[in-house]
Amino acid sequence: MTPTSATSHQGEPHAHQFVDAAQQAHAATLGMWAFLITEILFFGGLLTAYAVYRWMYPEAWADASSELDLGLGAFNTAVLIGSSLTMALAVHGAQTGSRREQISMLLMTILLGGVFLGVKVVEYSQKFEHHLVPGAHFRFPGAEAPHAELFFGMYFGLTGLHAAHMIVGLGLLLWLLAGALRGRWTPDYATPVENVGLYWHFVDIVWIFLFPLLYLVHRH
Amino acid sequence: MNRPHAEPALDYITAQYGVRSWLLTRDHKRIALLYLASVTAMFVLGGLFAVLIRLELLTPAGDLMQAETYNKVFTMHGIMMVFFFLIPGIPAVLGNFLVPLMVGAKDLAFPRLNLLSWYLYTIAGAFTLYAIVVGGVDTGWTFYTPYSTSWSTSNVIPVAFGIFIAGFSSILTGLNFIVTIHTMRAPGLTWFRLPLFIWAQYATSIIIMLGTPVLAITIVMLGLERGLHIGIFDPALGGDPVLFQHFFWFYSHPAVYIMILPAMGVMSELISTFSRKPVFGYPFVACSSLAIALLGFFVWGHHMFTSSQSVYAGLVFSILSFLVAIPSAVKVFNWTATLYKGSIRFDTPMLYAFGFIGLFTIGGLTGLFLACTGLDIHVHDTYFIVAHFHYIMVGGTIMAYLGGLHFWWPKITGKLYPEGWGRLSALIVFAGFNLTFFPQFVVGYLGMPRRYHAYPPEFQVLNVMSSAGASILGVGYLIPLVYFIWSMRYGRDAAANPWGATGLEWQTTSPPPTENFETVPVVTTHAYDYHAQAARERAAAAGGAGGGGGAA
Amino acid sequence: MWSDLPLWPDQASTSAAQVDALYLFLIGLTIFLTALICGLVTFFAVRYRRRGPGDPVPEAIEGNTRLEILWTVIPFCIVMGLFVWSAALYVHLSRPPDGAMQVNVVGKRWMWKLQHLNGRREINELHVPAGSAVELTLTSEDVIHSFYVPAFRVKADVVPGRYTSMWFRATRPGTYHLFCAEYCGTKHSGMGGSVIVMEPAAFQAWLGGDTGESLVEAGTRLFGELGCATCHVDAAADSPSRGPKLAGLWGSEVTLHGGGTVTADEAYVRESILDPTAKITEGYPGVMPTFRGLMNEEQMLQLIAYVKSRGVAESAPPARKEAAQ
Repeated sequence: MTPTSATSHQGEPHAHQFVDAAQQAHAATLGMWAFLITEILFFGGLLTAYAVYRWMYPEAWADASSELDLGLGAFNTAVLIGSSLTMALAVHGAQTGSRREQISMLLMTILLGGVFLGVKVVEYSQKFEHHLVPGAHFRFPGAEAPHAELFFGMYFGLTGLHAAHMIVGLGLLLWLLAGALRGRWTPDYATPVENVGLYWHFVDIVWIFLFPLLYLVHRH
Repeated sequence: MNRPHAEPALDYITAQYGVRSWLLTRDHKRIALLYLASVTAMFVLGGLFAVLIRLELLTPAGDLMQAETYNKVFTMHGIMMVFFFLIPGIPAVLGNFLVPLMVGAKDLAFPRLNLLSWYLYTIAGAFTLYAIVVGGVDTGWTFYTPYSTSWSTSNVIPVAFGIFIAGFSSILTGLNFIVTIHTMRAPGLTWFRLPLFIWAQYATSIIIMLGTPVLAITIVMLGLERGLHIGIFDPALGGDPVLFQHFFWFYSHPAVYIMILPAMGVMSELISTFSRKPVFGYPFVACSSLAIALLGFFVWGHHMFTSSQSVYAGLVFSILSFLVAIPSAVKVFNWTATLYKGSIRFDTPMLYAFGFIGLFTIGGLTGLFLACTGLDIHVHDTYFIVAHFHYIMVGGTIMAYLGGLHFWWPKITGKLYPEGWGRLSALIVFAGFNLTFFPQFVVGYLGMPRRYHAYPPEFQVLNVMSSAGASILGVGYLIPLVYFIWSMRYGRDAAANPWGATGLEWQTTSPPPTENFETVPVVTTHAYDYHAQAARERAAAAGGAGGGGGAA
Repeated sequence: MWSDLPLWPDQASTSAAQVDALYLFLIGLTIFLTALICGLVTFFAVRYRRRGPGDPVPEAIEGNTRLEILWTVIPFCIVMGLFVWSAALYVHLSRPPDGAMQVNVVGKRWMWKLQHLNGRREINELHVPAGSAVELTLTSEDVIHSFYVPAFRVKADVVPGRYTSMWFRATRPGTYHLFCAEYCGTKHSGMGGSVIVMEPAAFQAWLGGDTGESLVEAGTRLFGELGCATCHVDAAADSPSRGPKLAGLWGSEVTLHGGGTVTADEAYVRESILDPTAKITEGYPGVMPTFRGLMNEEQMLQLIAYVKSRGVAESAPPARKEAAQ
């Protein structure tokens, strides 16, 4: 008698382990918040390493940061903030039962997320061409090269981790879109949309930290 | 109370047969048993490595195995025991089984995540085993840089990756427990009516959620450094090798509280049940778990007093390390006071509990030695440290784990283990443990460093004592392994509540049905109300054979 | 037989007795508290054992707040006392006395290379005089090691890329174990040796023999060989010099490009040689090339000895090696 989760069946209001749908919604939301707290610690570790080395090598950090494409970074920041807006509207659509708003806003969010990742691909390939990827082929003018390599290690680590989280987010958004097309998200059952929304906003906030820390270091 | 035998009642074990029904289960009780199997396998492996260590250390010369092999053996002993036995141990086996039962729920909040956590654990273990088979790793379980990133030629990255995956298994368990305890308590079950085991699991889960991600990112940095030589920890490239230690211990110190807090939760249940009294000072014991979880995040630098961190940092970490000892002391005093005017039985679980009190007290007090910076300088990286942490982790955690396994065995399997053998093994474990690890305090203060393959001859007598003790300890662990398995087939059937314990898990059948309770329990008393329990037993006896199991 | 089974190492330094005193106090405290708890547990277990199944359910004693406060405050006071005692000992152990005899130590897999100031070198052995304070400056050529002398109760990690230090004052002539106490790979347990404490006169005699170049002489030679003299022209106070003059530099506060100052100590000199653009002295062009890869750790220590020998700034405080963190 392996219990089946009710979320895969329409009509049943909640999974068997919960007393009612309200408990399920409460648990799901608390679970997402708890998970996001672990993510803060996860990114926080890498940001701590960043902070230590930025404090030790401020000049190298400034030189290396100047190599990043500020225009593309700023554009991506706007794209991501915009996607948080469309995500919030998609949640609104779920809470008010508007399938049209859900579908259109989820599509926009996915599109904007895709644009962000596309720009990152462009940026990464530029770095590769300019020999700024840490490792055997790294080249940087001047005596600060080893410390600049540290900066780029942090850059790829932080933005790479962020991009991986965005890819997972896009997968979740596609799942939400499939549900929206089937009319699963209603005012009574908007929790999955809300929780993916929480996740997406978190990924956006991480970028809002990363952008100035990586692109705006004492630009000259 | 068991049902009348009109038809055999289905419990979670007999509900479905077949390997698929186990490997694809979402029942927290079955997942607990899956964990029991994997965790035991890892413990046996880690124990085999320990046997090799103690055999080598019988003689001063490094004559049993080559230095490289020995270095791999102690590394893998540490990794298996810490990451694959002690950290998951009580939460994944006892916690998974008991948390929903104790809060009166049908399952954890996220059953599929629970199953995923077991798969992650097992895959991680398999990865680590593979790395061991193809050559092993020799960095010590602490992976200090730059040795691990630039010098070791062993399989660092596969093992680190295995630990990385195991970390996610741990995080999922912690997340499940926190959400379950917050949102799924039965009606009437307020926070201060919860069993202290739940408080302990809750505090442990907080540590897991906040600390494990930092370990994960540390491993990522370790891998990047070893693979790409970016320079994060390489001084030639501007990196700081000691920074790794800060990152590593930021998780690994709270990790030791992940290892001991669940054991303390078990202790509260055992002491209370076998004294038939509420735990003395319940609110203080509950809050001390939270205090340990909080303070435990601020003391990591006490692993680094000799590492060249500044004197000021040393003083700060020292004073905080003294403070974190106090909540643990409070617990020991409260357990002792619980015995006062109790009605005490000496069943196997209680024998393990008594052993815990003595050994944890010694282990915890030797922690004070180490918080003394001036003294730690002498004993750091010697066998004194090895003895200290084994007193806590083996004399503490493993004793509590065994006590808990014996205590809840009837509930988990519906069978009784043989009590005589149980008591005998508890005594053998206690004796073997002390003979193994007490001499290590002495040889450590004499100056024998840890991780030594060969040592000066004057340390031999103490090492021989230690190895002799280890053989006795091993026997003490093997006997329960045998009789637990034996009991699953040949043991006597257990009643719903063979110990007369309070707690919602005892108010359903042994073993429980898949849905845990026939009707949702409603809680009206505090956690350790033995008068209410006695009244229930009297009512059930008066009701004759028709009495059924169920709600409180 | 008991002399063959000692409980602590020889006390061969002034700190050893102090550390042992704290240790013995803690042992006493541990025995007392363990006996107290185990005694109470045993007494209660026997006194209140259940006699039979008919035994009544005991009275439910919830707790006693005053007792909780008592057994929180008393341990708090005890541990705070321990903190003060151990902190004083620790601070004492981290402050070498003025005028301590200097020895440089370089750890590498799997040996210890030591050099006295006058040039006398040792491998895996350290000769020191009884009664004098000895200060070690340590670094590693590869991984982290740890220099541990149980008889002196002192230990310091040896870290690549930085200098650590420790000090002791040996009291009793004899030969004592030296161990590496930080796991460093295959021959970690073989990376040991001896510390040999000698009577002062015997030590002076030993020191005078077979010295080779002193540290300062070696440093002076390297200064010329590596071309440092080309830019650091110290001939006279007013001779033009492309690089900062070294006379009187040691221990002074150096003003840097863009503001900020730094004390000219071992770490500063080392960094200036390996990473010259990290801290450029104000008023100089910052054109010094790096010398990374052109010398080993022992030669680095010799150059540092040379810079020190060029004179200490008049009002400089004695350079303390606060480890960088």
